[in-house]
Amino acid sequence: MATRPLTLYEKIWNAHVVETRDDGTSLIYIDRHLVHEVTSPQAFEALRAAGRPVRRPDLTLAVPDHNLPTTARLDAAGNRLPIADPQSAAQLAALECNAPEFGIEYIGPTDAAQGIVHVVGPEQGFSLPGATIVCGDSHTAAHGGIGALAFGIGTSEVEHVLATQTLLLTRSKTMEVRVTGELRPGITPKDLILHVIGVIGTAGGTGYVIEYRGPVFEAMSVEGRLTVCNMSIEGGARAGLIAPDDKVFDYLKGRPHAPTGSDWDRAVEWWRSLATDPGAQFDKSVTIDAADIEPTVTWGTSPEDVAPIGAVVPAPESYADPSKQEAVRKSLAYMGLEPGQRLSDVAIENVFIGSCTNSRIEDLRAAADVLRGRHKAANVKWAIVVPGSGLVKAQAEAEGLDKVFTDAGLEWREPGCSACLAMNPDKVPAGERCASTSNRNFVGRQGPGARTHLVSPAMAAAAAVTGKLTDVRELVG
Amino acid sequence: MEPVDSVEGRAIPFGRKNVDTDVIIPAHWLKTITREGLGAGAFETVRAEPGNVFDDPEFANAPILIAGDNFGCGSSREHAAWALLDLGIKAVIAPSFSDIFSGNAFKNGILTVALPQEQVDRLLEVAASDPVTIDLENQVVTTPFQDRFTFEIDPFRKHCLMEGLDEVGLTLARDTAIDTYEKRQASDMPWLAHGTERAA
Repeated sequence: MATRPLTLYEKIWNAHVVETRDDGTSLIYIDRHLVHEVTSPQAFEALRAAGRPVRRPDLTLAVPDHNLPTTARLDAAGNRLPIADPQSAAQLAALECNAPEFGIEYIGPTDAAQGIVHVVGPEQGFSLPGATIVCGDSHTAAHGGIGALAFGIGTSEVEHVLATQTLLLTRSKTMEVRVTGELRPGITPKDLILHVIGVIGTAGGTGYVIEYRGPVFEAMSVEGRLTVCNMSIEGGARAGLIAPDDKVFDYLKGRPHAPTGSDWDRAVEWWRSLATDPGAQFDKSVTIDAADIEPTVTWGTSPEDVAPIGAVVPAPESYADPSKQEAVRKSLAYMGLEPGQRLSDVAIENVFIGSCTNSRIEDLRAAADVLRGRHKAANVKWAIVVPGSGLVKAQAEAEGLDKVFTDAGLEWREPGCSACLAMNPDKVPAGERCASTSNRNFVGRQGPGARTHLVSPAMAAAAAVTGKLTDVRELVG
Repeated sequence: MEPVDSVEGRAIPFGRKNVDTDVIIPAHWLKTITREGLGAGAFETVRAEPGNVFDDPEFANAPILIAGDNFGCGSSREHAAWALLDLGIKAVIAPSFSDIFSGNAFKNGILTVALPQEQVDRLLEVAASDPVTIDLENQVVTTPFQDRFTFEIDPFRKHCLMEGLDEVGLTLARDTAIDTYEKRQASDMPWLAHGTERAA
């Protein structure tokens, strides 16, 4: 029987349907569930109250990341240091109690493998291509970079997955973001995804799963793909996908929870069959010319507020929509920027290199390449590098990157979410700017009153050196 | 969950577009291990603005919130829904919602009603002085001025909301189907069946 050509999304979806109901919703099996300390306590509490067990603790992995301080976690004698903030400590304590109580593997704050869940999942081989992966965190979309259908869920859904290992879902529409041509020298995956969000807008992907297609993604490293898919949610899409290929298989092979032996061979065979079939139809298609992408920065308080580093701050009147004009006025007032001001003249006082978007080894290497032999500018008061996991940290130290950062006047920290959302002590002071490799420039995201400019790791490093937003190509290359 | 069949009363005419989850409830409020008490942090940055609608006594205890496009974009934090509930908000009307937020709202019995921008504009106008009624059974929003705006809602969500159903309980009743799927997967895709425990 001839079958209609299918997209990557449809193939993964079809392989996970437990049953489809008369109303069109489907019960979808969840292969991997990552749990962190912020969005899980209420879910475990509900299970406990109802006397319900976790159906598949073996498909669940718990890692604290959001609240953890990024300062030393052990004292000189090797004893674990307490967390000063009592609420953060209580959240961590809840996870440390819930994980063993429900039989879930737990990677704690002093474990060498601890890190941001979205860095740890692929790194441990827990996240796999073609798998359905969820976590109570919207940046779960990141795992789409290895070809998994991965998306963020709320706490009620965390409870639902813990109890049933399924979710009741409606099939999403599909959107193709096709990037043609090649990226110009010095242009990174972060520049690309910021540019894409600028084109489609923060609601452009609502109701869709995005598949990123084209030679740019085939040439891109696995780390770069994770960065791109990570920010799908900033474009409104709950999930983003890139077809898995040999780069992904090489990346995963031999990792602690990756399949082995004949399981591995069978897995690779299936993974190879997942790519979108020729002629498959998408509900929406957007084409972007890679040559149009410049080093990109945000100037406002929405991730769609992007511009090339060579541009000026836009005027509210340059937008047709009156409500967007008003939003831009509010953004510029919050950001302390004037229309017409050159972005490359904007001075910054803080630099944050980290987050689930940009804290993998390749990101740290890119930042270190700019900082090597240089020093942060005098007006940069606070600059921290937060590796995505303990394993990334160890790798960076083996390569001497930590020394490059500290020699340049940056602080080298312990892994966690850190100043991306400032739930731990790492915050940007009110009224100050931060060149940040994170994913959201929302009002107050990096601390009350903090002004965030989203950039790539290389651009953050360049800003640290010059003390202002800077085209990194002026420093290197 | 309490069954919902209608929501009526004053509506907070917020109207703003792209209201993200950090605006609904800033991250420093997420360090709780319960679902209660988040109303105190709801819209913290908006409430710092003089003359904001949330602190206008006219809208005290209003059960409806009216917002602009793409309400609830950003994070998956269900704390956003809990914060609205804690404020006494039982329904949000907007031209569109982020996917994750509308799911979280639904799971907490909050109705999300998507209407075209011009109808939302009309409701913002009415809300300044008069109440709004959302009739879930008939899928219609009405005002004292003969406005009558119908809306779409997923039939399953409508059913759950009107009956106050526990979705986890409903799915647990499908245990046999899940067992069957797991057996098939263990045979067809064994690498997926081994998560943190490796096959011997």
